[in-house]
Amino acid sequence: MGFKEFCFKKSLWLFHFGGASCNNCDIEILDCLTPRYDVERFGMQLVGSIRHADVLLVNGSINKKDKVRLLEIYRQAPKPILVVAIGACGCTGGIFAEGNVFAGPVDKIIPVDAYIPGCPPKPEAILAGVVKLLNKKPEKQKTA
Amino acid sequence: MGKELFYFFVYPGFLFIAISGGILSWFDRKITAWLQFRKGPPFLQPVYDFLKLLLVKETILPAKGSKITFLLAPVLSVTGAMLAGILIMLPATGINTGFIGDIIVIFYLLTIPSLTYIIGALASGNPLAAVGASREMKLIISYELTFLLIVAAVILKADLSISMFDIIALQQDGAFIGSISGILLFVVAILTLQAKLGLVPFDMAEAETEITHGSFIEYSGSAYALIKLTKYIMLFILPVFLCTFLLGGFRLEGIQILWSVLKVLGIVLLLTIIRNTNPRVKIGQAMRFFFLWMNLIAIIAIVLILFGL
Repeated sequence: MGFKEFCFKKSLWLFHFGGASCNNCDIEILDCLTPRYDVERFGMQLVGSIRHADVLLVNGSINKKDKVRLLEIYRQAPKPILVVAIGACGCTGGIFAEGNVFAGPVDKIIPVDAYIPGCPPKPEAILAGVVKLLNKKPEKQKTA
Repeated sequence: MGKELFYFFVYPGFLFIAISGGILSWFDRKITAWLQFRKGPPFLQPVYDFLKLLLVKETILPAKGSKITFLLAPVLSVTGAMLAGILIMLPATGINTGFIGDIIVIFYLLTIPSLTYIIGALASGNPLAAVGASREMKLIISYELTFLLIVAAVILKADLSISMFDIIALQQDGAFIGSISGILLFVVAILTLQAKLGLVPFDMAEAETEITHGSFIEYSGSAYALIKLTKYIMLFILPVFLCTFLLGGFRLEGIQILWSVLKVLGIVLLLTIIRNTNPRVKIGQAMRFFFLWMNLIAIIAIVLILFGL
């Protein structure tokens, strides 16, 4: 692992994109920032602007209107950016997969680096996903 | 020549200020975490943040903004903060530059970072950044007068001496804080520093939750790294400035080094605790707070100084 890669992985700033979510995943993501789980231990921070983000957290089912916005957000993000799909809806579509406004799971729209399934995933599961993301072998970033 | 370059770039100049600022930024985040019963980030976190932004991330330029101004603003803010830092640190570490009137220059240099934030935000062409810039402008108008009154009061207390070195030398018998007017000035100065650093009760210019980092919304990559560096520098030099003004400066021999470090850490601790126990105020409230109450206390302190208290 190179020095740049090391610095990048030590300081991941998170940007949270909620699709047509039922809010359970959003609340579980916020749980990770609380004293009990505290992702700031790994240098992670929630940021408000996509321009500062290193990780794009996507949850909720992505419908046709969300798809445009998700693509827009992904295009605006400074590269390299990691994408994490959270929850059953984000990973596969969940119970909405057959719906007529459903625009496909996240990985059909933008490249995804990690999947955290669950409905909603527990904070422990999200932390486990984060650790797997940190230990993942670096691959060539796609410059979309 | 070599000695001056060493002063400017290594100690007590650029490198020393930047590293101390990074350490203080970690201290601030760690104390915040402890106050919230969390564990907090590792010690080298500011270094990782800075290097990641500088080396790894892409810098995006606004399509509908003034690109050169947008990129120049962070460079100018680091330059201004660093010049102010060097002018503060030279007398604070006991190096007599023989520069009479450096307080006036420092006062002007300390406003440069805020001004460049406004210029950069307006150059980015983002409406939220424009809101942030307008708030920052109003905030400058509110706290600058208070800051000027504090500087005036300290000059008055030091028998009209406008050299930092003389002010520190005058406080060798007893620091200015050991009087009623000194305590009042310290209270006002802490709250002014809070606004100058953009920490929570007065962080409406970069309110994360309402205007998503306001002035800095469009900055990414190395340009944002320079803004982070400015924030680190300001977090170090402003407490040092307050130390030299009211707490008697530093003495760098033996056990006194420990006291000097503890003074700066104490001030930053106070700022962090205020930041963590207060909500964000509206810009109108902040203006009223500074125009009415802080100016009033500062003027009372000046009157007390005239009576020799």
